[in-house]
Amino acid sequence: MISPPVVTGIGAVAPNGLGTAEYWDAICAGTSGIRPVSRFDASGYPSKLAGEVAGFVAEQHLPSRLLPQTDHMTRLALTAADLALADAGVQAGELPPLDLGVVTASSAGGFEFGQRELERNWSRGNEYVSAYQSFAWFYAVNTGQISIRHGFKGPSGVLVSDQAGGLDAIAQARRQLRRGSAMIVTGGVDGSICPWGWVAQLASGRLSASDDPTAAYLPFDARAAGHVPGEGGAILILEDAEAARERHAAHVYGQIAGYAATFDPKPGSGREPGLRRAIEGALADAGVASDDVDVVFADAAAIPALDHIEAEAIAAVFGAGGVPVTAPKTMTGRLYAGAASLDVAAALLAIRDDLVPPTVNVRPARGYPIEIVTGSPHRMPVRVAVVIARGHGGFNSVLVIRAAGTAVEATSKAIEN
Amino acid sequence: MSRRVAVVGMGVVAPGAIGTKEFWSLISEGRTATRTITFFDPSRFRSRVAAEIDFDPVASGLTQQEIRRMDRAAQLAVVAARDAIAEAELAFAGADPTRTGVTIGTAVGATMGLEEEYRVVSDDGRLYLVDHEYTMPHLYSYLVPSSFASEVAWACGAEGPAVVVSTGCTSGLDAVAHACDLIREGSADIMIAGATDAPISPITLACFDAIKATTARNDDPAHASRPFDRTRDGFVLGEGAAIFVLEELQRARKRGARVYAEIAGFGSRCNAFHMTGLRPDGAEMAAAITAALTEARLNPQDIDYVNAHGSGTKQNDRHETAAFKASLGHHAYQVPVSSIKSMIGHSLGAIGSVEIAACLLAIGNNVVPPTANLENADPECDLDYVPRVAREQRVDTVLSVGSGFGGFQSAMVLRAADGETA
Repeated sequence: MISPPVVTGIGAVAPNGLGTAEYWDAICAGTSGIRPVSRFDASGYPSKLAGEVAGFVAEQHLPSRLLPQTDHMTRLALTAADLALADAGVQAGELPPLDLGVVTASSAGGFEFGQRELERNWSRGNEYVSAYQSFAWFYAVNTGQISIRHGFKGPSGVLVSDQAGGLDAIAQARRQLRRGSAMIVTGGVDGSICPWGWVAQLASGRLSASDDPTAAYLPFDARAAGHVPGEGGAILILEDAEAARERHAAHVYGQIAGYAATFDPKPGSGREPGLRRAIEGALADAGVASDDVDVVFADAAAIPALDHIEAEAIAAVFGAGGVPVTAPKTMTGRLYAGAASLDVAAALLAIRDDLVPPTVNVRPARGYPIEIVTGSPHRMPVRVAVVIARGHGGFNSVLVIRAAGTAVEATSKAIEN
Repeated sequence: MSRRVAVVGMGVVAPGAIGTKEFWSLISEGRTATRTITFFDPSRFRSRVAAEIDFDPVASGLTQQEIRRMDRAAQLAVVAARDAIAEAELAFAGADPTRTGVTIGTAVGATMGLEEEYRVVSDDGRLYLVDHEYTMPHLYSYLVPSSFASEVAWACGAEGPAVVVSTGCTSGLDAVAHACDLIREGSADIMIAGATDAPISPITLACFDAIKATTARNDDPAHASRPFDRTRDGFVLGEGAAIFVLEELQRARKRGARVYAEIAGFGSRCNAFHMTGLRPDGAEMAAAITAALTEARLNPQDIDYVNAHGSGTKQNDRHETAAFKASLGHHAYQVPVSSIKSMIGHSLGAIGSVEIAACLLAIGNNVVPPTANLENADPECDLDYVPRVAREQRVDTVLSVGSGFGGFQSAMVLRAADGETA
């Protein structure tokens, strides 16, 4: 028997809630964090809405020496890690540093920091570029900074697969625990709400042009026409179940029970997209039957072709309308590498409270063979949740989360050597 | 029976060497590919030397559309991947595409494209509110490094797990290690794995100038990369890609494949000390080496050659020497250690994979490549660094290490696969 690793701490930094309780209360109340962009003047761009983490003042959360060397998204990540470690009740020095690691996801790095330094280089001269540009914008920065701040010296990592990366990081954290680490800080916090990041995202052709926060991000709706980008995400504390018991962890939110990742066939091949295989693979890895799944947290691209692929994959595995599907990210926007771990946080809290947060603003279109949770949150027993994340370019990742204390068969995926 | 991992294909694009044969000639002959920067006018910079590739994407087989939609780092990766895939063609015959995956390492992704496109939309930094009407149509996928994994997956039709690993300058080791994990755990039978970076761009030079990480030996570019030499004064920025086809060992054996080597062990740690600085004791790198040896079930005395990180900064070479002594004990003084960065510079996230290629070729040829430019002994670096001239000797088991910004320390052990070396 292998006991799957458990989540013992959650630190959410979301557009509609700075802090885990604040985020959970917001999504259960249907409160959206999507608003006109405030971090720069977006009036001249075709898309003007974003999910910004409101009320975040970095100086209130981080020592001043870290401010000059960090991008906004790294400040959010460090704050989320602090919240998660505090929630898990981890004391400094409690565990051997080499048994502790950090695995995060990134999608585009610290774009805002990068824009400022590129501007200095080209408008003033190369001698004005900050020494911190050597690391503040790059993809590994959040893992490195969290590791240094908390003294975690064990195997660590950084994965990049656009929005799918948030789940890939958690899966990699699980591998490190199986190999002997005691605890991994994992997840993703992301964001590039600056002019340079904005135009890069606009070029994807996937941003909504709507100015109405209640109508801009409508997955599975006949009006779906792109997404609203956001910033933030969640950092989770993942522990070996036995280690968590030994240190009398205050919370055990749930188990990371199964995972699989696939890549879509090359465009134009005519082969089936990879998402169904990823869902099936994750269920098999968890030893869970499709009937056992209580809720699916959807990727919810809000691009009609992508929504169809997702709805059909869910229906192929669970049957048409066979499982409640929700997308609380309709209240945050899509957070890139931060989105999936925030969905995992929501799924764990859904298990804790037996409450499924809703999808807001969406009137499900006919033709999608899924049942979407809209309106008020649904009170129902939640023992097993599936989280889906897809990354631009063909990445599909699926995670299965299960209520703690559930015994499972040893899976075939244990590292054997 | 536990699953093991064999390297059955290899593609390399490195400074002074497009292709595996040229690469081995360069590094085994101790030639250097470092020169005064030609990509742009470097005269305003403190460090004006780099190891550039004379890369013609058309001559390397890329189509016009591929060239338009890919940054140089992605182009290098795809060219190297196609070589690796062609060499291991038979691995793919009858293979299930859903059992083939991709892991690509990169430290700084599409840096050159990022800077070039930024210059256009900002009109050379004049506009803070950059102009979206001047973006190229594929800008989003062009700039996000995850597209490197997509492009490589498309090159061979892979439909299994695909991801980019980005742990700074250990990315090239960590990406291959990640692929090994996926094969061992049964998530894939074949992995296309390796790394790429093409960072020779003004913004990269500027930030390394600011921390004085790169050499100022501008008057002698061919001898500017001087790992372990007392006169070393920083690394030489490079670019490149190396991509491998990894296959589950039994599967490779069953089809009688040529096996370069087995990836026998891996370990990684973080120093949790400083984003760019290193403690002189090398304790975490030593711990990573010990973990890699343990996973490989080998002792320090089994190592025939150590491929060093050897970047040529004062700090790194001292840190690393201490790590070898701490982890290998007395054997550290007996085993040959060398740095190929002396010849091809430091291509950041790519170099770990390029160095794996060097290790595989060292095993295949029973030759240890030298550390070029090592002329002045440094009392703090007192191991056998194979100065200037390659050494013929039996090479069955190799240790390769990397160290990166963010505090990452990685170590990999490669081993000739039971007499089945190439």
